[in-house]
Amino acid sequence: MADEPKEPKPPQVLTGDKPASATPPVSTPPAKPADASAPAAPPKAAAPPPKPPVVLQTPLDNDLVKRFRAKFGAALLEATEDRKQSILTVDRARLGELALHLRDEEKFDMLADLTAVDWPKREKRFDVILNLYSFPKNERLRLKVHAADAEEVPSVVSVWPTANWQEREVFDMFGIIFSGHPDLKRILLPDEWQGYPLRKDYDILQQDTAWVRENLGIESGQ
Amino acid sequence: MLGADELVINMGPQHPSTHGVLRVKLKLDGERVIGSECIIGYLHRGVEKIAENRTYQQFAPYVDRMDYVAAVSSGLGYCEAVEKLLVTEAPPRARVIRTILTELQRIASHLLWLGTHALDIGALTPLFYCFREREEILKIFEKYCGARLTTHAFRIGGLQYEAYDTFEKEVERFCKDFESRIVEYETLLTQNRIWIGRTKGVGILTAADAIAFGVTGPVLRASGVKWDIRKAAPYAAYDQYKFEIPVGTTGDTYDRYLVRMEEMRQSRLICLQAIENIPTGPIMAKVGKVLKPPPGEVYHAIEAPKGEIGYYIVSDGTVMPYRVHIRPPSFINLQAFDRMVRGHLVADVVAIIGTIDIVLGEVDR
Repeated sequence: MADEPKEPKPPQVLTGDKPASATPPVSTPPAKPADASAPAAPPKAAAPPPKPPVVLQTPLDNDLVKRFRAKFGAALLEATEDRKQSILTVDRARLGELALHLRDEEKFDMLADLTAVDWPKREKRFDVILNLYSFPKNERLRLKVHAADAEEVPSVVSVWPTANWQEREVFDMFGIIFSGHPDLKRILLPDEWQGYPLRKDYDILQQDTAWVRENLGIESGQ
Repeated sequence: MLGADELVINMGPQHPSTHGVLRVKLKLDGERVIGSECIIGYLHRGVEKIAENRTYQQFAPYVDRMDYVAAVSSGLGYCEAVEKLLVTEAPPRARVIRTILTELQRIASHLLWLGTHALDIGALTPLFYCFREREEILKIFEKYCGARLTTHAFRIGGLQYEAYDTFEKEVERFCKDFESRIVEYETLLTQNRIWIGRTKGVGILTAADAIAFGVTGPVLRASGVKWDIRKAAPYAAYDQYKFEIPVGTTGDTYDRYLVRMEEMRQSRLICLQAIENIPTGPIMAKVGKVLKPPPGEVYHAIEAPKGEIGYYIVSDGTVMPYRVHIRPPSFINLQAFDRMVRGHLVADVVAIIGTIDIVLGEVDR
């Protein structure tokens, strides 16, 4: 069991468009703005609702985006909507300033969630994702920045203190460094653990064998 | 004040009042807490990594193992998130049954919180009362799906099981009985001078702090923010029912107690409204046996008993999710612990851990 290279694939009854592998082959993020052709016909989901096939990803151009673009121009790389949820992709270097603006001017007073996604085949492999919520507007907004391996992402702890543990978790799982974080260290894994488990090149059966041997006194945790 | 008198002690990870394996490093000056650090991760199982290596349906039972005292709520959030990703919806009948079970789960979760929280503070009796009613709810779950804790009650697209024959009757009987039962708990605690002494003014969290720390659920509402996802962004069948959102004023442990007590009353009312009129019809949407959501991403949050549980799921069009991130309310709420505990006595630490209502399975995932 310990040497099994990959999880056994689940039984597949595919329609033949794309083989499903354990490491998904898609290297671009699915949320491309004008890419309306690809997801236009959801394979199974469209069956029950008598609606016309929905375009899932569309460019977003509401008042918020207009204001944002007028103020920050090139810092807004992309504005899209995916399943009616707004996503703004912004310049990594200016994240701190933009976050402050969104909190104070646009009233996104709560950072609901901060996480990351790894796209190893992309030039900038990481997406850092901030899900914001505005109590006054009852609105959600997703903020996204791209970061290459070893590129630092500005910390937003000074804007939303809740980011403290969440950035630590992203650091723990992906190895993304947040510059300006008050106490960036591992949170769920032991401090001495080697490797970043949620990266796509970290196999599901992989572990820090040396750590396990030394601290748990067993050969393998598998 | 500082200096020679400063003492660092460890509380946990095996301390009985930490509700699992939470380790708190307390910095003390005499009996007074002047700083704290939570050390977590003892229960980390890599749930998010597992998700990337399972199909959408195969992962569903895993979410039950996060908040294992409110598995139905975690399951509902996950199923609805995947449904959103699939651009589909559960049929009306399924949504109403989901609502009933989720509200029962909220009561069960709050009962467990009340019993153990009171026990931590030194009131032994409420525990037995609470477990008596919780047992009734778990029996309903068991009859419905065969499991009591990690229920896996829902399926992506609806429900696997029809409600059993006497389901409505049993829920109704429980709700009818439960009204007087809440009064019993309140008789034991609400006016109890020791209870008031141990909870009033303890662990105050202001509304501004609560929002800054991303705190949600009853803890946020006790600080005076009238916000509940069931109202703000209704899911399941909540838009059909009338209920109130209880809020507190000072944001102390006593307020959080009052808010949760009132929430149980409201959940009971929701259940009573829901069983009046369960629509007929199918319980499962046509989602197919192999789920391949179109590429894209979705964030879906619901109001779990402990706060906002959010699922951020990225699909690449294959049978397995490309990424699942879970925003667990316990993890986020626990961050505010340091703010709440500073300046209090060591004995209050126990009360404050209890009042946040954490489950370590969810904190560590």
